[in-house]
Amino acid sequence: MTLEEKVKTIICETLNRGAEEVTPAADFNNDLGADSLDLAELVMKIEDEFGSMIDGSIPEEDTANLKSLGAIVEYLKSKGVADEL
Amino acid sequence: MSTAIVTGSARGIGRAICEKLAKDGVENIVVCDVKAEWCEETVEAVKALGANAVAMEINVAEGASIDAGVEAIIKQFGAIDICVNNAGITRDGLLMRMTEEDWDSVLDINLKGAFLMTKAVSRHMLRARKGSIVNIASVVGLMGNAGQCNYSASKGGLVALTKSAARELGARGVRVNAVAPGFIKSKMTDVLTEDVKNRMLSAIPMGKFGEVEDVANAVAFLASDAAAYVTGQVISVNGGMLMP
Repeated sequence: MTLEEKVKTIICETLNRGAEEVTPAADFNNDLGADSLDLAELVMKIEDEFGSMIDGSIPEEDTANLKSLGAIVEYLKSKGVADEL
Repeated sequence: MSTAIVTGSARGIGRAICEKLAKDGVENIVVCDVKAEWCEETVEAVKALGANAVAMEINVAEGASIDAGVEAIIKQFGAIDICVNNAGITRDGLLMRMTEEDWDSVLDINLKGAFLMTKAVSRHMLRARKGSIVNIASVVGLMGNAGQCNYSASKGGLVALTKSAARELGARGVRVNAVAPGFIKSKMTDVLTEDVKNRMLSAIPMGKFGEVEDVANAVAFLASDAAAYVTGQVISVNGGMLMP
């Protein structure tokens, strides 16, 4: 499974959206109707899944930029997570 | 399967809450206090009631201690359904003479402890889409009390924390409520002078002090499905001492 597929699965589950809606650029707030609690939950799940690869938790100041599937994938890559899981 | 964690439950109100939850059928009760060995009596009492009990050493003023404890509970029981933030201390003194340390230690344990605990358990409750958090406030957090600026501020803060957390978590099925005990017979109130006790008694319409079980009953209600549509509320258990 690729990193993008894995993250996409987590987003679909958390935001209760279909795979076709969660495109790399779809904005969680504006396009996918997520509220702040959804985003907090999403960050939690990303931390749970990738915590061991990125030093545990995602700093609060970084979370503001995690607005789309693409942004999360880029962020995780920048922290050293590989493309192929 | 249901699992509850009660902080500060080695004795007093905390122990009564553990026993009441066990009687009501909560299967796993995590008894926690600053020292694990202090919890033994409560653990035995809960086991005698037929529930499973484990002692856990948690210092609620330290986030790392709470996180480690909560992780251990999740690992052992898979979920936390009920969290009762009961741990509390007093460092009474008149405002003019109250030290910064007296202020900090009371706020750290009574208020910051509940925040850290709520933060840690809400993570798991959010995911499960259910959970009940009950904070033990106090009548003095609602009406103030000379000699308890630190304690009353921490308890008033708990009421506000309860309401804000209830607003944040409500949409996910997680309820947050508080119980505000009045004058309850316990180690914390045993130390008061007869004079103070008599003065307080005269302000209580029911003419008597409360028992730890009276508080436990209100907590058990809020923790249970009987209170499924109750969140952000403060139930006073004070014999009529204050009627907000």
